[in-house]
Amino acid sequence: MAALRDKAGRPIVVVTGMGVVTSNGAGQSENWQQLMAGRSGIRTITRFPTEGLKTRVAGTVDFVKAEPFSAPELAERMAQLAIDDAIGQAAIGSRSRFPGPLFLAVGPIELEWPQRQEIADVSGANGAVTYDDLLRAADGGGFRRYHERFLFGSIADHLADTFGTQGSPISLSTACASGATAIQLGVEAIRRGDTDAALCVATDGSVNPESLIRFSLLSALSSSNDPPGEVAKPFSKNRDGFVIAEGAGALVLERLETAKARGASILGVIEGCGEMADSFHRTRSSPDGKPIIGCVSNAIADAGLTPDDIDYINAHGTGTPENDKMEFVGVAAVFGERVKAVPISSNKSMIGHTLSAAGAVEAIFTLLTLEHQRIPPTINYRVPDPAIPLDVVPNASRDARIVHALSNSFGFGGQNVSLVLAREPA
Amino acid sequence: MQSERNHEVWITGTGIVSCLGEGPQAHSERLAQAQPAADTAAFAPYVVHPLAPLALEKQIPKKGDQRQMEPWQRIGTYAAGLALESAGLKGHGELLEHTDMIVAAGGGERDLAVDQTILTGLRSTKAPAHYLNERLMQDLRPTLFLAQLSNLLAGNISIVHGVTGSSRTFMGEESSGVDALRIAMSRVAAGQSAVALVGGSQNAERNDMLMLYALGSFLLKDRYRPVWERSAQPGVAPGSLGAFVVIEAREHAVARGATPIARLSALRSARADRRDAGAITRSLAEMWQQLEPRYDAKHLAVISGATGVEPATGEERAFLSQHPDIAVRATGSHLGHGLEPQFVMNVAIAALAVGRGILFPPCDGSGMEQAMEGPLTQVAVTSVGHWRGEGLALVEAVH
Repeated sequence: MAALRDKAGRPIVVVTGMGVVTSNGAGQSENWQQLMAGRSGIRTITRFPTEGLKTRVAGTVDFVKAEPFSAPELAERMAQLAIDDAIGQAAIGSRSRFPGPLFLAVGPIELEWPQRQEIADVSGANGAVTYDDLLRAADGGGFRRYHERFLFGSIADHLADTFGTQGSPISLSTACASGATAIQLGVEAIRRGDTDAALCVATDGSVNPESLIRFSLLSALSSSNDPPGEVAKPFSKNRDGFVIAEGAGALVLERLETAKARGASILGVIEGCGEMADSFHRTRSSPDGKPIIGCVSNAIADAGLTPDDIDYINAHGTGTPENDKMEFVGVAAVFGERVKAVPISSNKSMIGHTLSAAGAVEAIFTLLTLEHQRIPPTINYRVPDPAIPLDVVPNASRDARIVHALSNSFGFGGQNVSLVLAREPA
Repeated sequence: MQSERNHEVWITGTGIVSCLGEGPQAHSERLAQAQPAADTAAFAPYVVHPLAPLALEKQIPKKGDQRQMEPWQRIGTYAAGLALESAGLKGHGELLEHTDMIVAAGGGERDLAVDQTILTGLRSTKAPAHYLNERLMQDLRPTLFLAQLSNLLAGNISIVHGVTGSSRTFMGEESSGVDALRIAMSRVAAGQSAVALVGGSQNAERNDMLMLYALGSFLLKDRYRPVWERSAQPGVAPGSLGAFVVIEAREHAVARGATPIARLSALRSARADRRDAGAITRSLAEMWQQLEPRYDAKHLAVISGATGVEPATGEERAFLSQHPDIAVRATGSHLGHGLEPQFVMNVAIAALAVGRGILFPPCDGSGMEQAMEGPLTQVAVTSVGHWRGEGLALVEAVH
């Protein structure tokens, strides 16, 4: 009988349910088929006019209905779909009572232009519109729904109501590492013995003009645009930025002991979590790679493993010139000469960068990679970068024997989180 | 299941700034004077507690760093520096590299001039979508995004002060502050973390933030009144403030020769279903009961995070009225309501109060706040969010 505790004597934390929504579709099987076929979910944006913008493509999730439309509304709807699938698969608690806390990674939330304009319209301002006019109109009581909708806590609050999670739901952000942080918080809570189960969710629906332009002004986005499916090209020499995208991922985490006791199917193990903040710059990684090296090393050590045990890396792999280079510097330092032999691929080549959701979405894809023993490719890899000599699983999926996998997530503000995942408890 | 069982958790540092000034001394003096610093003119008809001026260069020495931040980040980075200094961690690279951080944050300031120009232009343009794209591309400052991202307060603290053990940002109004401290405390108590910096900041002096709360008709208007005296015209008076605490495993503090300001003995958070009248009162009572065995009623006071919003404050009042012998103080009357960091601010004020053994005097004409005799050794800190979430912490003197 396999042990119920890890090498450090802590309860082993397993995944018993997963749900995922991306621009490639809803659900594990739909998404996995697309990944295996190397298909891209990136499309020309139709949600709003893009004339005058440098970037006109994104991985939008247009098949999920969100009315009246706003980023938090879409984020909430996608999260609901993902959670429904995850809880359904885990067959834990009931649909309206999940026996553990909710850790929710969400993107920043604020009033958006359509609402701002609607308020300006009723303000009756003659000539120039000022914030005094907006405040007067806002305070009339006619827009109460917008207060709650644009609070940071409202998505988590609504999900907690819908799924009956326990205690105060936590909304969190560590920028593009948020999804991994949500999982990390769940793992820690179970290891502490605070709970036997946790619902770890990440969602982001922020493809709107202002978000797109903000990233564009930081020169973070690719502006190649055409054809849309070939814009995201992580690790290529001609990579020129990431593609903004939407999605959601939900994982039911459980203590192995209680999962086994109730006869749940074990989908995978969260063996280790690592983290190290970067104090170098607001958007750039420390040139010596120290925080990324520390983060990856911490995750592997937390799993009680050594770098030699890692068989596959699910890269952060955004496709920005800076990120991919620094991720290489980091993993090369940790893995040494072996780095060239460890397959590393970027899901973002196909689904774009789902921002706050990425860490959870990609953890799910890593667990599916372990389940199927087959690695999704890095597509659009046509011009190798000699400065990044890695096996990026170019353009086509392939079979592999994978026992332990690493999933990286890095974000603005010096956020770095890595997870070590496995198929079976050791 | 709770995990406050293994390691005793000490508060070894506080960093607080508000309309009352900066640091323990200023706050003790001004709280003792019970003369709130509310401004009814600057954002009329709304009542706002403006931040006392800060000498930013004391905690954020590089002008370049200051320029990269908007006010909420400067306030927070400044307060975090004070907390690290107070804990004796500031500048100690090795300790800061294993110091964990949880920040409770909202979002940052918008460029109000840009918003106004665009909204005005949108009224007359024939191609609104095109106009919006064009103006945003031209008018938004690239670096403003980084001043708006919730997790960039933590990012700035890493950059300016070198805290890099871990960095997490919780969001979700008042609850985010309660849960930031709860999770950080659970981690320390369970041995997952040795020392942690926890807190946040708010800039209340901004129309975009006021607008979000105006949408829900939550703002106090026209005339300042202490929070317990607002039931006829309820509302929150937002306060600009920054509050951080350093919490630490006792063993870790002793090993590095740090002295405790107070002990963080217990912390609970909850989410009442507010569709039910009385749910907040019951939620507070339930948490109170869980901590009750630890109380020393003669030396216990409540520091409340009451907002002045109804039904939240009325229901908290109903709960507190069940314990008429325990002195109550609401800091919101003095320094306004800071949303995300309010709970940490109140825990810091509680720590300083039990450290001195004295509770500050009442600031209330409703009879809710009564004088307290006897030495103070324990404070129960409450949080009742303006729309959701409750919290309760027990802060005790270390003998």
